Amino acid sequence: MRTARRKSETGSRGTAHEAPAAPSWPEQIHEVLQESGVRQVAYVPDSGHARLIELIRADRHMRAIPLTTEEEGVALAVGAWLGGERSVLLMQSSGAGNCINMLGMIQECRVPLLTLITMRGQWGEFNPWQVPMAQATVPALTASGVIVQTSDDAGDVAATVAAAARLAFSTGRAVAVLIGQRVVGAKEFRK
Amino acid sequence: MKHRKPTLDRREVVAGILKQRGDALVVAGLGAPCWDTTAAGDHPLNFPTWGGMGGAAMIGLGLALAQPKRRVLVITGDGELLMGLGSLATIAVQQPRNLAVIVLDNEHYGETGMQQTHTRFGVDLGAIAKASGFRAAGTVYTGTQLAAWLPKLHRQPGPAFAAVKVTTETAPIILPPRDGAHLKNRFRETLLGAKAFE
Repeated sequence: MRTARRKSETGSRGTAHEAPAAPSWPEQIHEVLQESGVRQVAYVPDSGHARLIELIRADRHMRAIPLTTEEEGVALAVGAWLGGERSVLLMQSSGAGNCINMLGMIQECRVPLLTLITMRGQWGEFNPWQVPMAQATVPALTASGVIVQTSDDAGDVAATVAAAARLAFSTGRAVAVLIGQRVVGAKEFRK
Repeated sequence: MKHRKPTLDRREVVAGILKQRGDALVVAGLGAPCWDTTAAGDHPLNFPTWGGMGGAAMIGLGLALAQPKRRVLVITGDGELLMGLGSLATIAVQQPRNLAVIVLDNEHYGETGMQQTHTRFGVDLGAIAKASGFRAAGTVYTGTQLAAWLPKLHRQPGPAFAAVKVTTETAPIILPPRDGAHLKNRFRETLLGAKAFE
């Protein structure tokens, strides 16, 4: 009966989904950020973060802050925390290299930093110029005092972000979640 | 372009600005702006930076957005701001009404041997801030101009940006505390009370 009704709701296409579509991983991250009380969301866009940025821009409890370069977001996180607000920094892996010196301030001041980094130059990459920074992302972040956690499975991204947020904000540490190119999808340029 | 020689004394400029700070929150850029700010009186609601060059204005933005009812003053140098020039564009997009960025522009890198900065060759930081979309932005050469700027820095809707042209005369170094975690904790405890450590 229920199945029959669902089928009729979806019209003539026939093979309807049995259950409503599960939220996508960007939607799940948005929920995690809401639950974590994040108010300032700084970003340098990446196609992997496009959906999350849309959700954040539509969320009136979050302030979307586009940056000209990623280290601005590291300094912003210090100011936000001084003022009693939580922030998150969204970037692509090539931006991690731009943050190195500013990350010293995070470590010295014990300011929590949560950053979500979508990978380029990794799984199925076609652009050779993306590869060097992809290779350097984990060692560079680790050398700068950032705890790095990775997720290569869309079903596990939100849980990883939730755990990282708790670690960052409860212990006053810098935590990066690397979202693998396998999750984001390798970029293709179509003619 | 003919160069106009700076004449203002940095210590007097900062003392004059901070005398009217009220309950403002102050971020100081690394180097001499930290000593100038501390010479006017160490304060738990000062956040003097000892590193993170190029980040002072962005710390100010995060703070201003988190504390919209408090005035936030960023006091930094021309070399420090030049390293984070894009932050002027980022701040202008957000239009924080409570943020003022004050650059003590002596046209030199004072901590590294007094090499000239871009501003000595005519780069106009006030014009860049204005073109980026700061509500009030300009260059201050005289005490009279500074007096006229004080309400814009302290009270009128921002974001405000003033490049204050100061001499390369150095003043005695007055050091703020160095420990970053301490500076952060005393700032947060003073501003947020017990919530700072929840």
